[in-house]
Amino acid sequence: MEVIKRKWAYAAVAALLIFLILLPFDWFLGRYTFLMVFIGINTIVTIGLCLLMGYTGQVSLGQAAFFGMGAYVSAILSKTYDVNPWLAMLIAAASTGAFAYVIGYPVFRLKGNYLAMATLGLGIIMYILFRQMAQYTGGPDGMGGIPYLSIGGFVFDTPFRRYFLVWFVCLVIILISQNMIRSRTGRALRAIHTSEAAAQSIGVNVTQFKVKVFVLSAVYASVAGSLFVHHLRFVSPQPFDFLASVTLITMAVVGGLASIWGAIFGAATIKLISDEILVELGQVNAKLADLDVVIFGLILMLVMIFMPKGLFVSLRDAFDSWRKKRALRGVKS
Amino acid sequence: MSADQFVQYLVSGLTQGSIYALVGLGFTMIYAVTRIINFAQGEFVMLGGMLSFVLLDSAGLPLAVSIVLAVLIAALVGAALQFLAIRSAKQASHVSLIIITIGAAVFIRGIAKELWGVDPRPLPPFSGDTSIRFLGAFIHPQALWIIGTTVVVALAVHFFLSYTTVGKALKACSVNSAAAPLVGIDPKMMGLIAFVLAALLGAICGAVTAPLTLTRYDVGITLGLKGFVAASIGGFKSPWATVAGGVLLGVVESFAVAADWGPFTSAYKDAIALVVLVLILLARSRKLAEED
Repeated sequence: MEVIKRKWAYAAVAALLIFLILLPFDWFLGRYTFLMVFIGINTIVTIGLCLLMGYTGQVSLGQAAFFGMGAYVSAILSKTYDVNPWLAMLIAAASTGAFAYVIGYPVFRLKGNYLAMATLGLGIIMYILFRQMAQYTGGPDGMGGIPYLSIGGFVFDTPFRRYFLVWFVCLVIILISQNMIRSRTGRALRAIHTSEAAAQSIGVNVTQFKVKVFVLSAVYASVAGSLFVHHLRFVSPQPFDFLASVTLITMAVVGGLASIWGAIFGAATIKLISDEILVELGQVNAKLADLDVVIFGLILMLVMIFMPKGLFVSLRDAFDSWRKKRALRGVKS
Repeated sequence: MSADQFVQYLVSGLTQGSIYALVGLGFTMIYAVTRIINFAQGEFVMLGGMLSFVLLDSAGLPLAVSIVLAVLIAALVGAALQFLAIRSAKQASHVSLIIITIGAAVFIRGIAKELWGVDPRPLPPFSGDTSIRFLGAFIHPQALWIIGTTVVVALAVHFFLSYTTVGKALKACSVNSAAAPLVGIDPKMMGLIAFVLAALLGAICGAVTAPLTLTRYDVGITLGLKGFVAASIGGFKSPWATVAGGVLLGVVESFAVAADWGPFTSAYKDAIALVVLVLILLARSRKLAEED
């Protein structure tokens, strides 16, 4: 049965890759290229959140803070201080990771509800800082004129070029994460999720592993933030507020908390709802465009009540058991 | 700082602190009985204020009737939240329950925005607008209403928990929810009652504070957070500890804003509560870890 399952998984991944390569061409789905760049960026953040919530069982309600830190450090260094954008991205990822490491140890002495509130508080503090430190961040009005990324003379100045850059980074991050889950670290994380006491008794340093994943998820979010500002060339506090953290959680929940590939599904679904479907509906009736929050709230409640493993994983499991049943029937007849 | 200013900041701290205490009482009530942190607690406060305004302004009902109806509707929402969402997910993990109540909060807030727009809404003050002079400070009569309501509500909760059968059953659930069914207490029913009471408390808070602070579809986020801080200072146990936590937070905030820190002014007021929260959580993390 495992072989059949794996065969299907390979086929699905191959189909997805072909789809992703063809998508930005004008004769296919070229008009979605710009949106797809955002979906790729959101997927990167969501993968970090999945590692943290789905695999390790720790909640972060402030993931948008790390996303914003990456965005702002990149924007400020590359625009105000003329630092090379790649170097700025590296500095952003390193400093965000270091920040997550420093706060990680005290924060992960907390559990469950308290951890959720502490990360929520952290997210709101960072949002206040983004807004108030106007001399660096441009305040609520934001700052524009951030340079494009470039390699040698090749500038990523069209959505088409940035699409391949972002999805390349995204796939690299998927590969790294997949490898980590199958490694010693991944097994330790799942052990922590199942029972912290049991994990500790077989020699897993629980706090250390939690902090490790927390730092990794913060670095992912920071890289995504850097890509975000070099795509949009503009940064303001609003995409990093509390609602942004909730939106990211919704993506993780739709993707199935413990599924790396599901993150793409989650990010794409949520982005399509908020940036395409509701915008279309908004042209019919302006009030409908604001419904995204209501829909996300409903999704969060319904998925968690009826499919606690997440939408994508539940659908995949249903597909697997359907195939298993069919295969068994084949053996009998 | 002169003596007059000192009294002024103290009074404004006490008023804000009373608001936080009222919100915190809702958190404590639900957590003590069900071990759930209700991230939608702030939305009950918003509903209390906004519904009072809508009933008064659009339906033209008298102020007192509007407030009573608003509080009752909010209580219904609380019951619906427990009955439809929390109870359906009975075997859910911590993570799931947190996500469910966040989903509920975002949902309620979104609906409020759709229905009533984004403008701040006022309620008329209960006893006029003329400030009272007290020890050199000016006190808005609504501030007295807020402080008075908090005292009355805290007393009512105390007597309810100590002297009524239902109250004692709630207390039993909070002490040991596994043993409570052995003496015939239904924990599900108690969960429902806790959510209804928390919604009532939140909505009362929203209605009493709206004349002074205005209300808006999104007041629930910060108020919920401050209420949570108040409840954490109190350790989610007795109503009095929560009230003390709320008042402490309000006074600290008020004086922190009063101290002029150059560029770090009132814009950072909300950050103060969060820093207090993080400090408390860290200071008590060992104890909290044992309870969890």
